Amino acid sequence: MMAEPPTPLDMKSMPDGSKERPGAAKPVVSRRDFLKCLGTSAVATAALGATNLAQGLAEANAERVHGPGAVPVALTINGRKVTLSLEPRVTLLEALRLHAGLTGAKEACDRATCGACTVLVDSVPVYACSMLAIEAQGASIETIEGLAVDGKLTELQQAFVDRDGLQCGYCSPGMVMTLTALLRKNPHPTETEIRRAIAGNVCRCGSYPRIFTAALAASGQPVADKLELVHDHALA
Amino acid sequence: MPWPSQTRYLGKETPRVEAPAKVSGRAKFTTDVTPPGLLFGVIVRARMPAARITAVDLSRVRSAPGIRAAVLAQEPPFDVLYYGQEIAAIAGTTRQAALDALRLVGIKAEPRDFVVNELEAVKPEAPRVAAKQPNLGEGATKENGDVDAAFAGAKAVVEASFHTPVQLHHPMEPHGHTVQWDGEELTAWSSTQAVFICRDVFSSALKLPQNKVRVICDHMGGGFGSKFAPGVEGLLCARLAREAGAPVKLVLTRFEQALAVGNRPSSYQKIKLGGDAEGNLTAFELHSFGTPGFSSGVDNAGGSGGAGFPSPYIYQPAAVRVKQGSVAVNAGQSCAMRAPGHPVASVGMEGILDELAVKLGLDPLDVRIKNDPSEIRRREYQLGAERFGWKQKYRKPGSSPGPVKTGVGCAGAAWMSGGEGTQAEIQANSDGTVEVRVGTQDLGTGARTVVQVVAAEMLGVDRERVAVSIGDTRFPPSGPSGGSATTASVSPAVYDACEKLVAELKQRSGFEDPRGENWLAACAKIGRAPLQVRGRWRPGLSTGGAGGVQFAEVEVDTETGFVKLRKMLVVQDCGTVVNKLTCESQINGGVIMGIGYALYEERIMDDRTGVVLNPNLETYKLPGAADMPDIEIVLLDMPERGVIGVGEPCTVPTAAAIANAVSNALGVRVGDLPITPDKVLVALGQVPGRDATSGIAGSDTGAAFARFAAAPAGAWVEFQPECHA
Repeated sequence: MMAEPPTPLDMKSMPDGSKERPGAAKPVVSRRDFLKCLGTSAVATAALGATNLAQGLAEANAERVHGPGAVPVALTINGRKVTLSLEPRVTLLEALRLHAGLTGAKEACDRATCGACTVLVDSVPVYACSMLAIEAQGASIETIEGLAVDGKLTELQQAFVDRDGLQCGYCSPGMVMTLTALLRKNPHPTETEIRRAIAGNVCRCGSYPRIFTAALAASGQPVADKLELVHDHALA
Repeated sequence: MPWPSQTRYLGKETPRVEAPAKVSGRAKFTTDVTPPGLLFGVIVRARMPAARITAVDLSRVRSAPGIRAAVLAQEPPFDVLYYGQEIAAIAGTTRQAALDALRLVGIKAEPRDFVVNELEAVKPEAPRVAAKQPNLGEGATKENGDVDAAFAGAKAVVEASFHTPVQLHHPMEPHGHTVQWDGEELTAWSSTQAVFICRDVFSSALKLPQNKVRVICDHMGGGFGSKFAPGVEGLLCARLAREAGAPVKLVLTRFEQALAVGNRPSSYQKIKLGGDAEGNLTAFELHSFGTPGFSSGVDNAGGSGGAGFPSPYIYQPAAVRVKQGSVAVNAGQSCAMRAPGHPVASVGMEGILDELAVKLGLDPLDVRIKNDPSEIRRREYQLGAERFGWKQKYRKPGSSPGPVKTGVGCAGAAWMSGGEGTQAEIQANSDGTVEVRVGTQDLGTGARTVVQVVAAEMLGVDRERVAVSIGDTRFPPSGPSGGSATTASVSPAVYDACEKLVAELKQRSGFEDPRGENWLAACAKIGRAPLQVRGRWRPGLSTGGAGGVQFAEVEVDTETGFVKLRKMLVVQDCGTVVNKLTCESQINGGVIMGIGYALYEERIMDDRTGVVLNPNLETYKLPGAADMPDIEIVLLDMPERGVIGVGEPCTVPTAAAIANAVSNALGVRVGDLPITPDKVLVALGQVPGRDATSGIAGSDTGAAFARFAAAPAGAWVEFQPECHA
């Protein structure tokens, strides 16, 4: 069964007069827009009387219902435009991992608590597990796969390698994306700023000290070596 | 030890082989494997903590949209013993389709009374978890020397109670498998610490010849002792794939991780310790019980059926009396977790030792050095004390001025490490490149890099020439990655393979020494068929018995109860260091997991509903970036001892050292882990709730210990240290 293609919101009818972003693909629906429309409609329909309320709401929202079947969703991922056929309930993470073939972002909690799924949406780190793919239309989505150019790692990625900013590596894509966003905004962060940036990323292996070191090294800052070898042959 | 002393790679800092793939999203973890036509599996779990299941109806599930297979976990009737127990599994074309079908499962169940709290479960009137046996299993006892006389003659005797929580593994990659059948042959991509154990369990459970099962684990996201066998979820995944005739991926959710895939058992410990005026330990008595989950064995193997632990841990008081037991509750079963038993043992023993030192007016560090039988640890204490500034920092308990009090503590650890049994295949090609294949796996410990480092070192070639393949049962056998045994098991096998390869290449090429600068010219004479030999683990290259000590410095806000960990200093014995970089990372990781055990982590059960109350990462608190102290590591390098694993010893003493530091800051012991602000305030008497007899907040442990003391006791089985983690 084919679903009808989604009807874009009529932006002119928005109560705050906001306009669609120039150049960006038209956002099909966002939670905020949906709530705004609902609010306007509710006020408008209240005047019609309670008996007409349900009908009025249904009419006002009818054109904006998507799914439950698959609908085309246009995403810009790592600079490349792709149109996927997705149920509207599909998260950005599922869209990336299962439909776009990009398994770099990881699912570890599926409820915005661990950061393993972190990607950048218009340069802001977001938990891809907790954003619907349909909400990400029109935005620039960057994933871990998009960082290295022609196979050459970024300075941050290379610092993770050289400084061992990982153990099992399952949290690494999220850590690297979060810190990439930090370094773009703040090229020379302090360790405190680095800690704050990755406060939403969990590493169970306990690689934090080395992640701090990697981020400091990637921003050209000196790092202290906390490891010492004491040769003590007398005991052997 | 025959390991070279002048090295290019061995003991130096070598970045992980797979790190570039892991930081660029190219590395395929088990959860990333997506064969064509893949279906998605989910598990139907019990929503009651105790019940009799009389019927399970999957007919509506099977006809739901997108559903391709549905299987029962077992044939009804059967008993559910904990919330979350597996009932059935469903595979669909999308994960959502399978989740949607969950509501179509028909289950007939007779709910039963349940008990999820150890202190309730020991009561005679408590509901029985297993109908045929009491919840409180038979205890195990041992007694050496005349304990009562030793206590009577002691200069000082101290008593205290301790509680350690059920700790969850929570690896970042959840437990999961992707299984594909080809006729009667099975290929499983498993997130596992043991590809060969998985192969054997798939084979026996599904009645397949072992040579028809292949298990692959290229990259996996952590296990910490919980991922040796495929588990119920792995077998359900395989059965779904067989029924559907298509590959199935079944990865657990974070919620399920908290219910059903293992944990570290809890403990309640009542300890009495006596010493003479010089601080020699003369008498020791311990009563302890804890819960390993729904099944409580009588064994004391800590983490593999029982809730026991080695006692009196690393010390040897003259007279010892120990009684340990396990209590069944309606909750998920424990399994091995990083250094099973040891952190539990360390918290109680190191805590009571501090109490004795304080009562005798001695420095707890001096008491340790006096009583620790390990020469290595005594040396480590001395070395660590200098680095840490112990003599300057240690003060009488509770004597630091002001509302924010500082304190210091230390503790020691033993771990058997060791490792054997690995084989390795090495191949030299005519262009001078090298391939090494080992059926081990990398949990994040850097096993792949260990193989590369040893091969490159022993052949005298650039490490870039050495390609390493691991994580496949088609490769030469290697044991499970547990017990801190991987590096010590794998390195000698690769060493042996290199030695044999060099001997053959010498004959084939005519070079007296084909290594190093002669390597390319020697390999050029190999001819068309690559030169391939197999090495085996042999004694003399690796060993066990890793000792380590840790020092902690904390500040405790007596108005808020908040504990801030300022610094951890680790002095760890690790023999021949193979890779300094990954060695340090593992030690950081062990310390950080110990910080969680000390201050944050606890699985909380709800008495009234029987569910895990914190089955997610926002309420089960893991240490985060903001919690990190300054961690300083000193490796006691003793190459003569050979390779020793460090993954577990480094997590053992952390919590004990922190708990001791908190007690030193406050002047009163918080014996109840994790040390959360509320417990600090209760211990300080600032809020009510302290059980005066026990030192454990808000619980009636006295009655429980009395019941435990009266329980029957069997023979003591000395702690079996070979359990894995």
